[in-house]
Amino acid sequence: MTVAVLFDANRCIGCRGCQVACKQWNENDEAIPTEENGVDSKNLGSNENPPRLSAHTWTRIRFTELEYNGKFHWVFTKVQCMHCEHPACVAACPVGALTKTAEGPVIYDDNKCFGCRYCMVACPFGIPSFEWEDPLPWIRKCTFCMERLNEGLEPSCVKTCPTNALELGEREELIQKARERIAKAPDKYVDHIYGEKEVGGTSWLYLSPVPFKELGFPELDSEPVTVDAERAMGAVAPVLLGVAATMAGIYWLCKRREKISQDKSTKKETLK
Amino acid sequence: MQRRHPFSIGTSILSILVILGLAVMIYRFVNGLGAISNLSDGRPWGLWISFDLYCGVALAAGGFTLAGAVYIFRLEKYHPVVRPAILTAFLGYTLVILALLVDLGQPWYIWHIIINWNVHSPLFEVGMCVMTYTVVLALEFSPAVFEGLNRSNLPVVRDINWRVPWGVIRAIQIPLVIAGVVLSTLHQSSLGSMLLMMPTTLHALWYSPILPILFLVSAIAVGPAMVIFESTLSNRVFGHRLETDILSGLAKIVPYILGLFLLLKFFELMAVGEIGLIFTAYPYNLLWWGEIIIGSVLPIILFSIPDIRQSRKGVFWTSVLVIMGLIFNRFNVSMLALGMRPGYVYFPHWMEFAISIGLVADALLVVWLAYRFLPIIQHEEMAEVKA
Repeated sequence: MTVAVLFDANRCIGCRGCQVACKQWNENDEAIPTEENGVDSKNLGSNENPPRLSAHTWTRIRFTELEYNGKFHWVFTKVQCMHCEHPACVAACPVGALTKTAEGPVIYDDNKCFGCRYCMVACPFGIPSFEWEDPLPWIRKCTFCMERLNEGLEPSCVKTCPTNALELGEREELIQKARERIAKAPDKYVDHIYGEKEVGGTSWLYLSPVPFKELGFPELDSEPVTVDAERAMGAVAPVLLGVAATMAGIYWLCKRREKISQDKSTKKETLK
Repeated sequence: MQRRHPFSIGTSILSILVILGLAVMIYRFVNGLGAISNLSDGRPWGLWISFDLYCGVALAAGGFTLAGAVYIFRLEKYHPVVRPAILTAFLGYTLVILALLVDLGQPWYIWHIIINWNVHSPLFEVGMCVMTYTVVLALEFSPAVFEGLNRSNLPVVRDINWRVPWGVIRAIQIPLVIAGVVLSTLHQSSLGSMLLMMPTTLHALWYSPILPILFLVSAIAVGPAMVIFESTLSNRVFGHRLETDILSGLAKIVPYILGLFLLLKFFELMAVGEIGLIFTAYPYNLLWWGEIIIGSVLPIILFSIPDIRQSRKGVFWTSVLVIMGLIFNRFNVSMLALGMRPGYVYFPHWMEFAISIGLVADALLVVWLAYRFLPIIQHEEMAEVKA
């Protein structure tokens, strides 16, 4: 049984209470993104702000205006760590600083990390952020409010959401719920639960009135991105032994050939 | 005395570059990576990973290919170039480590990789190989140092019998060389495995499940080319002269390995049905063709012409092509064809260049010192004295 969150873009009103709650709970509110605070902030032509995730902004609402099926849509979608079922960051981290917990969240441990940033490169959703301006930098990303979950509380963003656009629950149950919602109003939803299959499934699930591609979600296969790397890493031990044995064998053969030709030449000399 | 004059200009330029690099390094540790680099959340790995790690490791491949050829395959002909090859490999790896110490967010925790193992991570494999192979290379090179110390006339150094440690290394030489080949095989390929984690962000022209094999094969091909390149340059600077026979022998091997590399690349693209991309995936296909033509097609043709193999200039410049092609390839896979997060751009900050150039200058200075004070080219006599 793993926890998950279902986000319904048809319910989100773009209030960004989740962004504020996230910053407050995780004590990221000292870096409110204003130019007075020296933090990157710019008018994007909508209410969308800050412009991107960062080490101090672990979630944000993306605003998208588009026409779909002859209708105008203004869609709000929440962006944060997807807490994958087969996380690339966890497989990538050389020191095991990132772990996939049994409950579902993917969590990060400062005490192991040394700042290589492979997790950031590997993440198919482009989520983990780095404290670039800090001489003692760490990786930062959504924690799923693991410490709140442990106390039986909802993540702070879910708790704050005024319209139930965010719902915490058991993953399979939420998928069931999402299916029912699509079936009940097929004209209001595209028939796609984003995160059910993507990269082997994620703990954050999305419903939307328009195709996810239009909202800036990456189009991903159902195969986890870690498969090829896993296969390659599985070959390490056999390759190690195989190459060592082959090299030893070749050395023995070449040495023997040298010896034989030497013996022959010395024999010839003695015969003379 | 006339020879020394241009050289002191060279060494002083190198020294300035080293000092500049050091200054930038200090600035980086006080102010953080953001202050000296254009790296960002959208492009977390930049010039240092592409050049210092990806190219540095591949260009150090001369060490294990030559050591393997001479000590395992018993190709005694190439004995005179083994030591320079091992020295440059050792320096290459030292540079990789120094560059990683700059690139890592908190390098003082680098020992975490020794206690916290994630055996599923390709980067764990890379880290382990860098550490162990650098030690192996140091040991492989140590006889030159012992010989140098043995000859020296310095007060305390003179009284130590340097033949003892030298004999120990000699006794374990073959296991050392085998360990070097094994570790290099793993390490060269693991840099390819690292990219296997990015099937969605690395362009389909380069992404392939056989990337680890492609990395290994291209590294083996660039090994002899790198040895030709270095020994030609050191011949010019230090006045030693290698026999053309050695150079052309090395040049003869390269086309076979490059041919294998090309075949693997083409067959893999055909097997997954993406061969059409080499014509349609503009502008990426230009990068792909550039890399293939410079680094594989031209060198295969040129090295197959006997007249070119017999000419020092021909061998040298064709090796330069192989090396450039490899650098092109490593930059493609680790930077140019690797997708960025939307809304970001990256071009290295001048201080990123200063670090990379400073590190190369470090290595050149050490090479210069080594050639002056250690027996790098002529070391057979010592072996015979011992025997």
